[in-house]
Amino acid sequence: MSLLTILGFGQTGWGGLLLAGAMMTLAVTISALIVGAIVGSLVAWAKLSRNLGWRLFGDAYTTVFRGVPELLIIYLIYFGGSLWVSWIGTLLGAQGFIGLPAFGAGAIGVGLISASYQAEVYRGSFLAIVPGEIEAARAIGMSRMQRFRRVIAPQVMRFSLPGLGNVWQLSLKDSALISVTGLAELMRQSEVAAGSTHLYFVFYIAGGVLYLVLTTLSDRVFGVAERRVARSFRGGLGRG
Amino acid sequence: MDFAFLADTMGQLLAVTPLTIELWLLCITIGCVISIFVTWARVSGVPVVSQLAAAYVFVFRGSPLLIQMFLLYYGLSQFVWVRQSFAWPILRDPFNSAVISLALCTGGYQAEIWRGGLQAVPAREIEAGRAIGMSRLLLLRRIIAPNALRQALPAYSTEIVLMMKSTALASLVTVWEVTGTAQRLISQTYRTFEVFICAAIIYLVLNFLVIRLMRLLEYMVSPHLRGRPSTVGVPGLAEAGIPKAIVPGAPPEHAASPVNLPEVPR
Repeated sequence: MSLLTILGFGQTGWGGLLLAGAMMTLAVTISALIVGAIVGSLVAWAKLSRNLGWRLFGDAYTTVFRGVPELLIIYLIYFGGSLWVSWIGTLLGAQGFIGLPAFGAGAIGVGLISASYQAEVYRGSFLAIVPGEIEAARAIGMSRMQRFRRVIAPQVMRFSLPGLGNVWQLSLKDSALISVTGLAELMRQSEVAAGSTHLYFVFYIAGGVLYLVLTTLSDRVFGVAERRVARSFRGGLGRG
Repeated sequence: MDFAFLADTMGQLLAVTPLTIELWLLCITIGCVISIFVTWARVSGVPVVSQLAAAYVFVFRGSPLLIQMFLLYYGLSQFVWVRQSFAWPILRDPFNSAVISLALCTGGYQAEIWRGGLQAVPAREIEAGRAIGMSRLLLLRRIIAPNALRQALPAYSTEIVLMMKSTALASLVTVWEVTGTAQRLISQTYRTFEVFICAAIIYLVLNFLVIRLMRLLEYMVSPHLRGRPSTVGVPGLAEAGIPKAIVPGAPPEHAASPVNLPEVPR
C-alpha cells in the first residue's frame, strides 16, 4: 500500500479519521475556551476584589492551575468527576461505575487550566483601562452594571485579544492531553491509526502536521481580529 | 481525612520526585544548549540557516509536546535502520526518549526567548562597543550577552516552570515520575482527590523554589536597576547634593550616582 492510500480518504485510508479528529480537537478547544472565559473572568474579578478573602481565592486558583501539570488536572477532572457522577448515580439507584463523558471532562479540564491564564489576561486588560473613564462614568451617574457593560467590558475584550490568542494556542496544545481519556480527538486518532497500521512515524508526523495547520490557521484568525480591533484604538481620547 | 493514607501517598510520590527533578534538570540543560545553536542560526543573517532555525522553532512550538514525544519514542522504532544504529540503545530507553523530546521542545521555546533578549539590546551600546574597537567576541561577552541574558531572565523562568510541568508527559511513555505514579495510585485506590493534593503540593513546592531562585538570580544580575538606598529622613544628605528620591527601576543613566551599590562582578 502506498502512503497516499494510507493517508487518503478511501476505504483503506485514515485521512478522514484524522480530519475528524482535528475537528474534534477544534470543538473541544473552543468549548474549553468558553469554560475558561466564564471561570477566568470570575477569577479575575476575585483577584481584583477589595475583599481579602476573594483575592486570596483568586491568587490560589491561578497559582494551583498554573503550577500543577496539565495532565494531573485532567486526571483529577476525569477520574474525580467520574467518581462523583457514580456516587450521584448510586443515590439515584444506578449500579456501578459511571464514566464522565470524555468530551465534557476534557473541555472542563483544559477549560479550568485556560481559565487561570485567561484570568491574568483579563486582569491585565482591566488595569489598562484609563481610570478617568471609570470616574467619568461614575460622575454621570452610571450604575455598576452600566459601567461594566458600557465602559469596562468593551475595552477589556479589546485589550484581551492578543493575550487570548496566546491562551488559545496553549489550550490547543493542551487538548492533546485529553487523548488519555479516550476522546477521539486528533492525538487519539493518530495513536489509533499508528497502532493499527504499525506506521507510527507516518501517523505521528501526519498528526503533528495537522496540529501545525490548526495553530497556523488560528494565528491568522487572531491576527485579522487584532488588526480589526486595532482600528478602534486610533485617536482614542486620553490614550495618546 | 485519612492521614495514614495521605502520608503513605506522599511517601510514594516523594520517592519518585528525584526522577522528576532529574528529567527537568537534564531537559532544560540540553534544551539550553540546543537553543543557543538555534538562536545563533536564527540571527546569523545567512538566509537558509536562519530559515531552518525559524522552521525548527515553528515546528516545536506549534505542535503539542505529547505528539513530539510519541513520534520520537514510538515513531522512530518503525525504521529498521534506526533499530540497528548506534543510537538505538539510547533511544530505546523511555527515560532518554523523554529527555530528548523535552529538550528539543524547550530548545525551540528558549531560542525565541533568547532572540527576544537579543532584540532588546540597545543598538547604541553595540555601536559604542564597536566604536571603541571591541572585537566580535569581546562585544558579545561584555555587551550583548549580559544585556540579552538579563532581559530574557523573566521569560526564561516562566519557561523552566512550564518545563517542570511538562515532565509529567514522560509518564505517558512509561517513565514513572510523580504524575505517572499519581495516576497509578488513583487507578489503584480510586481516591483521586487525596492523591491529586499530594502530587500538586510536590509540584507547587518545586515550582515555588524554582521561581524564588530565578528571582534571586534576576536580583543579582541587575544591581543597576535597583532603587538607591533611601536618604529620606537622613539629615544632611540632601544638602550634600545627594538626590533624595528613591527611584525604583531607575534608568541606567543614574547608575553612576555616588551612593550606587557595588557592581556584581560578571
